[in-house]
Parts: sequence; structure tokens; C-alpha cells
Amino acid sequence: MIAATGIDLRLGAADVLSGAQLCTRSGQVVGLIGPNGSGKSSLLRCLYGMLRPNRGVVLIDDEAIGSMSQRSIARSVSVVTQDASADGIDISVGEFVLLGRHVHRGDHQGFTDDDRKAALKGLELVDMSGFVERSLNHLSGGERQRVMIARCIAQQSPVILLDEPTNHLDVRYQHEVLTLVRRLKIDTIVVLHDLNLASRYCDHLVLLDDGKVVHQGRPDDVLRSDVLEPVYGIEVRLLADGQHSHLAFGPLAP
Amino acid sequence: MSLLEATDRAPTTSSAGWAGSRRPTLIALTLITIVSVVVAIGLGPIGVSPPTVLRIIAHHMFGLFEAESWARTEDAIIWEVRLPRVLLGAIVGSALGVVGVTLQAIVRNPLAEPYILGVSSGASTGAAAAILFGIGSGLGAESVSLMAFFGALGALALVLALARSTGRITPSRMLVAGVAVSYLLSAVTSLLILFAHSAEGARAVMFWLLGSLANADWSTLPIGYVGMGVGMVLVFWWRRRLDLLALGDETAMASGVDPGRTRLLLVVVVALCVGFAVSLSGGIGFVGLAAPHIARRIVGPIHRHLIPASAALGTLMLVWADVAARMALQPRELPIGVVTGVVGAPVLVALVRKLNHSN
Repeated sequence: MIAATGIDLRLGAADVLSGAQLCTRSGQVVGLIGPNGSGKSSLLRCLYGMLRPNRGVVLIDDEAIGSMSQRSIARSVSVVTQDASADGIDISVGEFVLLGRHVHRGDHQGFTDDDRKAALKGLELVDMSGFVERSLNHLSGGERQRVMIARCIAQQSPVILLDEPTNHLDVRYQHEVLTLVRRLKIDTIVVLHDLNLASRYCDHLVLLDDGKVVHQGRPDDVLRSDVLEPVYGIEVRLLADGQHSHLAFGPLAP
Repeated sequence: MSLLEATDRAPTTSSAGWAGSRRPTLIALTLITIVSVVVAIGLGPIGVSPPTVLRIIAHHMFGLFEAESWARTEDAIIWEVRLPRVLLGAIVGSALGVVGVTLQAIVRNPLAEPYILGVSSGASTGAAAAILFGIGSGLGAESVSLMAFFGALGALALVLALARSTGRITPSRMLVAGVAVSYLLSAVTSLLILFAHSAEGARAVMFWLLGSLANADWSTLPIGYVGMGVGMVLVFWWRRRLDLLALGDETAMASGVDPGRTRLLLVVVVALCVGFAVSLSGGIGFVGLAAPHIARRIVGPIHRHLIPASAALGTLMLVWADVAARMALQPRELPIGVVTGVVGAPVLVALVRKLNHSN
């Protein structure tokens, strides 16, 4: 498990995070939500060493991340990043997923059949096993995100972090990807923009505003107009259709 | 039970076609390279057939065959002149190919090439100082090469200092620092030429700037092979880190590779390789840019295939460019940098057009 407490982060002159805290919950999907610039992605990046906080500690299984090698961090945490675009690199889906096995092999070692099996298993779980030889650049947005998740599965870490995995996806793929994340049933933290998706797919929500955690709890407790309106500066209304509740947004009345 | 545990069964898709699928291509490339090297040794103003070339080499190395079965001049030309020259071309070509691949991955830019870090400008400045002003003449017979090497290291130190001044090394910071240092040192070299007032010296520096394998000899080859060989082995050792760096810093980090540290290690290795290459053969352009591109088209982007393929193609390009350099205008010899530029530019343009097409 990962636990971050008292995280202060300064990037340039800007205080991005101040005293933020976050932790995984066993087998659950934790959603990290908040307005643009509230520090969601930065907090997530602190959890795998991409950013080093100025103050506070990140513990992975009770070990401080600062004293761990990047390789041992990656054995515990896999990440669906925003930058894995493979722009201009004509890498195949199979090779890409296989690279998730790097943490389990020394630099000098080649990948073994076990690694290839793990990669294939990852692709099977996301229903992409027929795409091994396909170029990553020729996939649709939804297929690509599933491949990113397959790579995390191949990495076999007990925690998965996802940084806005539904960006640029149409509604069908948004649901498909998050359904998949839920099915994995491993400790997950996901940064989400869409509050309705957060409500539907997360077990626990953490609301960030201006670098601080301002509210957290079950989706019903967080996604309330009295909590969201001051943070987003917009009118929030809860609509229920019997099965699910939806949030509707509109400008605040002057 | 989680889904991960529930589906612990054998995958239904075959994993064939992942590993080793590029092996025939790589073996073919290696064979073509070896044959090319042997044929190239025989080519020149005085031609020697490949079987004779092999016999002369076997005679010198293992004491096989009688020396009477070929002419004395042939023996001298092959063993004293062409073999060291082609061997130098082979190692420099492969090093430039590997360095090009490495730099393109670590700065994530397909236009990166071995000289982008200012290393060759530094080497040129060192060599010009030695040729024109005799600086470093106390270093002995190889003072020009040694000064070039020190110049390369000095340039690298400057680039790293500039690129690191605000924290960790990023691709863009490294590119800008490299370009800035290149310009600065080129200006210094021009100033040296201006102040030297020596037409002959200026011509010597120019010949050196354009690159040549003509100075190859047995005394400097071993150090070149060890220096560049170690560099290439290290790059291959870190081949998977290159795959991950090419995919982006976050992906690398998430896969257990610290991009800043890895980049620093690789840059130092690369600069040493280029330092050896430039100090032994001058600034030979284009190979380090074109070999990786062509290799990528043949074997794809995975570095365990790309590194050997680019090494083989770099060797092929340089060995044949050298054949052209010594045969095109014989008995005069062209600087090899001119040949690689004249042949390489159209090839690159064609490549880029094709790339645009496929995009």
C-alpha cells in the first residue's frame, strides 16, 4: 500500500501542494478529483517518485520512497501515465506491454518466456490478445488505454495509479476503461476529471482544491452541492434516475 | 479473489513472433557487413581480389600461406594501409551508428546525431589548436588526436554543466546547451584559423574537420577499438532503458528507470565514443543521423535489434563512403565527410518524404 502525508510541493514559484495526504485502500478504487490546477496529477506523480515533495513523506509498504531505488518503487507501483504516446515510435503492442516486465529483469537479462506469458496475460485481461503484433500508433484511444493497463498488469505490482485515463476517450471507451479498472480489484488510485465517472466507478473519493485535500469519503459524501460548489465555483445539482444519480452543472446564479 | 488471480491460466495466443523474429535480418546484415569489409579492403587505385586479401590477413595474423604467392606491394598496401583504414572505418562507423541511436532515444528527437552535444566542435577546436599553434605538442606523436579528445571532453563538461545548472538534465535543455556550445567552439576554431595566418595549416584543419580515415595506423587502432567497443557494449547493456526513455520520462520512471540518471550515464558514454571517433577520424557527418533511421525501417524501434542493426549499417556506410573517397577522383582523395554528405543528404530527404507519406 501507498500512504502520502503532509505533502508540500513547490514547482518554480508556485505552491502546488500544501499538506496533501492520500492513501490506497485495500482492493478499492480511490478517485482523486478537483478543479484544473488543484494538484491532482502532481500528487499522483509524488506517489511514484516522478516528483519529489519539498516536505512530507510517501511510504510504500512502510518504507520511505526517498530511500528506495526507482526499480523497487516500480515493483510496487505501476502507472498509466499521460505521456505514453509512443509518438513517432512504431512499437508493437506486444513489445510495449513486455517492457512492463523490465522491473523484474536486470539490465543485462533478456526477457524470458515467463515474461512473454505475463505480457500476454495482461493483454488477455484487457481483451487485447489479438493485438500483439499491431503497432501501438494504430490503435484507437480506447484500445490504447487498455494496452496501457495491460502493461501495468504485466508489471505485477500490487498498486496501480492512473493519471486521467479517460482523457480524449469517447463516452463508450470511458466506461469500458473504468469498468476494466474496477474488475482488476487491486489497490488503485485514479485521477479523474469527470465527476459522474468518479461517482460511478470509485469506492472512495479525495477532493483536492488549491493543493489541499478539502474533503474525502464515499462518493455520496463528497459529490454534494454544498461540497462541490465552493470548490468548482459552479452550481451543482444532483439528478437521480432511479438506478444512478448524476450531477448536472450550471453557472452560479449571480 | 481478484481477476488477476482468477485468470492464472495459459494464454491462448502464441508468443511466437516476438523474440528472435529479427534474427535472420540481423544475421544477414552482419554477413553483408563482413563481406563488405573484406571486399572494400581490396578496392582502391590498386585492386586486390578478396581471396588474396584474406590470405594476406591470415598470413600476418596466423602465419598461414606463403608470402610469395602475392606481390610485395599488395602485401604492403593491404596490411599497412588499407586494413587499418577499413578497420578504423568499421569501428568509427558502427560507433557513430550506435551513438546516433542512443542520442535519438535520450533526447527523443529523430534529428539528434552524434555531434549534437558539441563534442565534435570541441574536438575540432582541440585539433585546430594542436595543428595551428602546436599546443599540446608535448603529448607526443599523437598530440593532434589527444588534443581532439581533450577538446571533446571539455565540450561535454561544458554542455553538462549548462544542461544541469537548473536541476536535472532534460532533453530540451541538453539540445540547447549542445547547440550553444557547438556554435561557441566553431567560432573559436574559426578564430584560431584566422589568427594562425597559415594556409597550409588551415587546409590541414579543414581536411580534419571534414573527416578522413587516411591517418589510420596499427598504433592507434587498439585504443579506438577498446574505447568505442566498451562504449557500444554499455549502450547495448542499457538497451531496455533506451526503449523506455524513448517512450517518455514518465513511462520510464513508472517502469523503474530513473531518466535523469540514465541520461547522464548514457551521455558520458556517448561522448567518450564520439571523442574517440572524432580524434581518430575527424568529424564525419551524416552516418550517425542516417544509419539509425535506415536501421529503424529495417528492424523496428526496439533497441535490442536497433543497436546492432545501426552499428552494422554505420559500418557499411562508412566503409563504402571511404571506398568512394579514395576511388572517385584518384589519385586525389576526397574528404570522407564530403562523400557522406553528398550521398547522405538525398537519402535523408527521400527518407523524410517517405515518412511524411506514411504519416
